[in-house]
Amino acid sequence: MPDLIGITAYGSVFFTVALISGIACLGLNLQWGQTGLFNVGVAGFIAIGAYTSALLSTAQAGGHLGGYHWPIAAACLGAMLAAALAAALVGIVTLRLRSDYFAITTFGLAVVVQLILRNAQPLTGGAFGISFIPRPFETLADRPVLFGLANLMLVGALVTVLYSALEALVRSPWGRVLRAVREDERAARALGKSASRYRLQAFTIGGAIMGLAGALQAHLIGFIAPDNFEASLTFQIWTMLIVGGSGNNLGALLGAGLVSVVWSATGLATGVLFPPEDQAQAAALRIIAIGVLLATTIVLRPRGLLGERVTVSRHVAESAVEPSDTPG
Amino acid sequence: MSLQFLADGLVGGCTVALGAVGITLTYSILRFANFAHGEFISWGCYLTWLLAGAIGAWSIASAAALDPLSVGWNVVLAGVLAMALTGLLGVALDAVLFRPLRKRGASIAAVMASFGAAMALRALIELLFSSRPAYLSRELQIAIPIGAGIRVTPDQIALIAITAVCVGALHGLLSYTGIGRSMRAVSENPALARVVGIDVARVIRLTWFIGGALACASGVMLGLVVQIRPSMGADLLLPLFAAAILGGVGSVPGALIGGLIVGLAEAVTVQLVGAEWRTAVAFLVLIGVLLLRPTGLFGQAA
Repeated sequence: MPDLIGITAYGSVFFTVALISGIACLGLNLQWGQTGLFNVGVAGFIAIGAYTSALLSTAQAGGHLGGYHWPIAAACLGAMLAAALAAALVGIVTLRLRSDYFAITTFGLAVVVQLILRNAQPLTGGAFGISFIPRPFETLADRPVLFGLANLMLVGALVTVLYSALEALVRSPWGRVLRAVREDERAARALGKSASRYRLQAFTIGGAIMGLAGALQAHLIGFIAPDNFEASLTFQIWTMLIVGGSGNNLGALLGAGLVSVVWSATGLATGVLFPPEDQAQAAALRIIAIGVLLATTIVLRPRGLLGERVTVSRHVAESAVEPSDTPG
Repeated sequence: MSLQFLADGLVGGCTVALGAVGITLTYSILRFANFAHGEFISWGCYLTWLLAGAIGAWSIASAAALDPLSVGWNVVLAGVLAMALTGLLGVALDAVLFRPLRKRGASIAAVMASFGAAMALRALIELLFSSRPAYLSRELQIAIPIGAGIRVTPDQIALIAITAVCVGALHGLLSYTGIGRSMRAVSENPALARVVGIDVARVIRLTWFIGGALACASGVMLGLVVQIRPSMGADLLLPLFAAAILGGVGSVPGALIGGLIVGLAEAVTVQLVGAEWRTAVAFLVLIGVLLLRPTGLFGQAA
């Protein structure tokens, strides 16, 4: 008889982790997919969220800052605020400059965050990271199936809320300005829309969403360390968005699921195929597998699995059904 | 505070400068920030290490250290060969990845592709060479006092000389030769350069070759001074960008001076704060330039 309990526990952890990546991917979709901001420091924003939430909520400080014992929800809000603040600061310095400078600065931020995670031991716990982060269903922890499913439902509910909110934003006048700025900045400015202000808003909100993803990772797994936030995480989130379909929120979630499947499958395969002493080298193979997935998508289906849908204003759509003489 | 940071900063700055020159060239001629440039540094160093081992095995005499340096002929020869190979790696990467993207005409797609290429090139190194550190030379060198409390090793003096020769040669190439003029023309205005009959494809190939070769030189220096690790190039990427932007994108002398400034700033940080914060100072330099003078020291307004 198959081990139903084991499969359910594994499955719920898998989907929980995939949905958390999906949240980060939704944040990136707002920044890149909707607004055209090339953020190379995704891992840095996720890390800021994870560490802020962990430091605010842990009950005792084990050799690092913390011990504030905030409720989990408040700590998550704090995490979003911290990541949004970091995004706003980077944005204020670089969004008025050319797009590559923005990309380089976000990359630099992720490098510095990684340095702080590893070296500022009194603040972040250093290489050992932070453990014993409060988990939302701690009382269920000795019943793995129930615990896993409760976590999954919590993340699922959050993703549903976030997805609906972002879809509403995409269709709102604000979302239309973002796409206008992305497609033709000069035209948007001619219509009196301050391109850099809209960019800054989109980048900040996207940063907050990435911070939320980090906070959830901290609380649902209960342990974070600098290794979880390397540049390869940025690469994974980007691959999710490109594979799923940049500009499409559903695509972002689909891509997150697909890349997570590849990541877990290659992890299982290398775990079986390679002896423990070669695991570091085998990890490189997993990155290459993700890269192959990305390259295949770019060549065969540049717009991703679900390309961007044409979103037009409700009013335009209505007037298209009933053609009128007056140009809108 | 001891003045030793001047010597350390100069040597570190040379490593950064050689890489930054390549970044600034690709940036000004191909018009995108190449995140894969750091991997050329790693590849150059690993290729040198591989070739030096092969040459040393073939002729044991070549591995004898060239007094007063710590390495033998095998490393020198391997370094020159690896520079050519890394240059070709750049040309090959352009042919398979960046040329098709240029035809589609999306510059930010090139930045993204370079980020993907960086991950792939680094993963390949870890796969082929594992992540155990390697060394070009295991000899200990005695640092010679040169006055004012500063000590340098013969290797360090040689590295500074090599940087001066490389950057000087490149500056001469750009300033006084026909192909150098073509490169500057493409950097100014690619469409106009094409109209007057400049072979733009050749200029682009040469740009990748020079960038790759200099990155290899930078990698060998890094491998001699520190150690060889798969992440060595990726860790240097932020200082490279900071130096290129500080010098002014497109300016070779600017990249040299930017690299030296970043190197000195890093050496001061190492002495005052601690070696682990070395890279953070590059970020501060970057933010400072972007806030105060985004065109850099020698750059022209875009």
